[in-house]
Amino acid sequence: MKVGLFIPCYVDQFYPNAAIATLQLLEKLGVEVGYPLNQTCCGQPMANSGYEHLAGGCNELFADNFRDFDYIVCPSGSCTLHIKHHLHTKDEAEAAQIRHRVYELTEFLTDILKVEKLEASFPHKVGLHQSCHGQRGLHTSQMTELVAEDFSKPRKLLNMVKGLEIMPLSRPDECCGFGGTFCVAEEAVSSKMGEDRVADHLEHGVEYITAGDLSCLMHMEGILHRQGSKVGVIHIAEILNANGN
Amino acid sequence: MKDHAELAEIFNKDEQRVDWHDETLWWIRAKRDIAVHKLPEWEELREAASQIKVNVLSNLSQYLKQFEKNAQANGIVVHWAKDAGEHNRIVHLLLKEQGIDKMVKSKSMLTEECHLNEYLKAQGINVIDSDLGERIVQLAEEMPSHIVLPCIHKKKEEIGELFHQHLGTPAGNADPQFLTETARQHLRDTFLTRRAALTGVNFAIAETGEFVVCTNEGNADMGAHLSDIHIASMGIEKLIPERKHLGIFLRLLTRSATGQPITTYSSHFKKPREGQQMHIILVDNGRSVQLGREDFRNSLKCIRCGACMNTCPVYRRSGGHSYHYAISGPIGSILAPNLDMEKYADLPFASTLCGSCSNVCPVKIDIHDQLYKWRQVLVQKGYSPKTKTASMKAMAWVLESPGRYRAAGKAARVTMKLAPFAVNNKLNPWYKHRDMPAVPKQSFNEWYQTNRKDKI
Repeated sequence: MKVGLFIPCYVDQFYPNAAIATLQLLEKLGVEVGYPLNQTCCGQPMANSGYEHLAGGCNELFADNFRDFDYIVCPSGSCTLHIKHHLHTKDEAEAAQIRHRVYELTEFLTDILKVEKLEASFPHKVGLHQSCHGQRGLHTSQMTELVAEDFSKPRKLLNMVKGLEIMPLSRPDECCGFGGTFCVAEEAVSSKMGEDRVADHLEHGVEYITAGDLSCLMHMEGILHRQGSKVGVIHIAEILNANGN
Repeated sequence: MKDHAELAEIFNKDEQRVDWHDETLWWIRAKRDIAVHKLPEWEELREAASQIKVNVLSNLSQYLKQFEKNAQANGIVVHWAKDAGEHNRIVHLLLKEQGIDKMVKSKSMLTEECHLNEYLKAQGINVIDSDLGERIVQLAEEMPSHIVLPCIHKKKEEIGELFHQHLGTPAGNADPQFLTETARQHLRDTFLTRRAALTGVNFAIAETGEFVVCTNEGNADMGAHLSDIHIASMGIEKLIPERKHLGIFLRLLTRSATGQPITTYSSHFKKPREGQQMHIILVDNGRSVQLGREDFRNSLKCIRCGACMNTCPVYRRSGGHSYHYAISGPIGSILAPNLDMEKYADLPFASTLCGSCSNVCPVKIDIHDQLYKWRQVLVQKGYSPKTKTASMKAMAWVLESPGRYRAAGKAARVTMKLAPFAVNNKLNPWYKHRDMPAVPKQSFNEWYQTNRKDKI
């Protein structure tokens, strides 16, 4: 099995540790991982702003980088969802193949690798933020709006980590308000949503907030930092790859 | 005119009010969750309702003709209005013919969409809204901020003050029971003295030519039963094929709206009582245009429950008026651009695309996907600021080239490290309430080239 590691642009630039953890975790689980050096961005910033027609260059580049892999794995539900729904290239048959082969990290671990145990330890109280695009877009967790059986792929994985305690939240799947360009275009509402989301975690005594998407975590980190809070954010890959404290 | 972001920023100046607004609507969302989780067949009901509505929209002209024929056979006069103006003129003409200059009206979002109250006022007709929430916003000379809870943005003290000014209640009295009783007495007199009543329509049944009006206050019945002339205004998408389908929709409507199992009153109107006139106005007002837009057609499945507003984290924190359209929230944001793309070009962007709206929708409208699609349409049609287009082109130019991307990433990290004031300032909207991320030593790409040399 050859897996192509797809690292979102802002993770590459600002959160390399999450990418390193993703790589190490997959390697630890015996996967052969390749990382195409020429990758950039999935094109979502343009597309969600209404400029999907400008994302053609990113789409072709994505196909060039990832066409030879059996699976494409990404530590972001949002970027994965974008590729899954909106990747179109000159070779539509190939694009459909690529859309079918792209997986968000936690769903790849639970559904393809069928991970049942992990050698990881993270003795902390953790709040799990359900990033909307992973949860509602990729169905990595059940959604509170639906009358359907409960499940959560990230929670299942976190429960395999020694010493980790998942803290319950008052609103388990409310959006953090990041929303891509929404975070600056609708600054007032976006910040308020982020502050409220962070407050829910703080009220429940978390030491860390984790998620499958660093975009949400970057947003909440910005608020925590501004408030002078000691609570940190950490990508789920870093927890699943952690051994110790 | 101010756009959603600007109006939302004004709303957010009073954080306590935002918290109160958010918590009030979240409480309703929570009530909805409790109610729907009592029905194991909930998701099947949603699917059934969705399919019935798809059938209606696919055969709308036949169902409309069937409804018209059956309604006429029942003794209802059927009118057709192609737009808001025609609807308003029909109402006015009907009143004029009877020499009526006062009318009582129960809740109808369609008449808000058509600005009927303003039109009739200009013609010298006095209209009193009989739904309590609608009456409150009418006294305040505002638009409803929510389709089910029109005055949800008002605190009880503000309502007390309005009643003090308009209905003569003692100053400072904000006791909800007292205020409701005052409104009740005031409306009782209105019901008894009005000869004309206008109601909305929740469902019209093609098979029988009857229509159903749902209220919690019984105000539609009070108005209609005491009137000489009952006018019902309905959008052409309100049809359902058969009476047996009604059970599905009535079970979905109020559970989604407020968490109640059913509306207090679900009143069927089939024919005028002796001596009464009953009219129904079938209004298009852009609906057939929307029906022709393949990507947006199924927005017409909407049964106006308001669940998408209650669940929307943006709506709860920006208030209904920030949408500057009669129907606010996520559903309003996909309906409004159909009527006027230029005026409502901002609304599809007033969302994080979190998808909660589509999940609570009782008729399974893909609201958040339509928001995404409207964004593409609005940009393609040129309703996007030139500066935004320029920055998007620049962004695409950088991101489609690995060399330019790496150079720009490095430049950004170096700038943030050496000259943090370049980004930590008031020109950066992010920085207003949030700190920028810390700058790492190297990018993952750089790390990989150093630490996985054997793999390259």
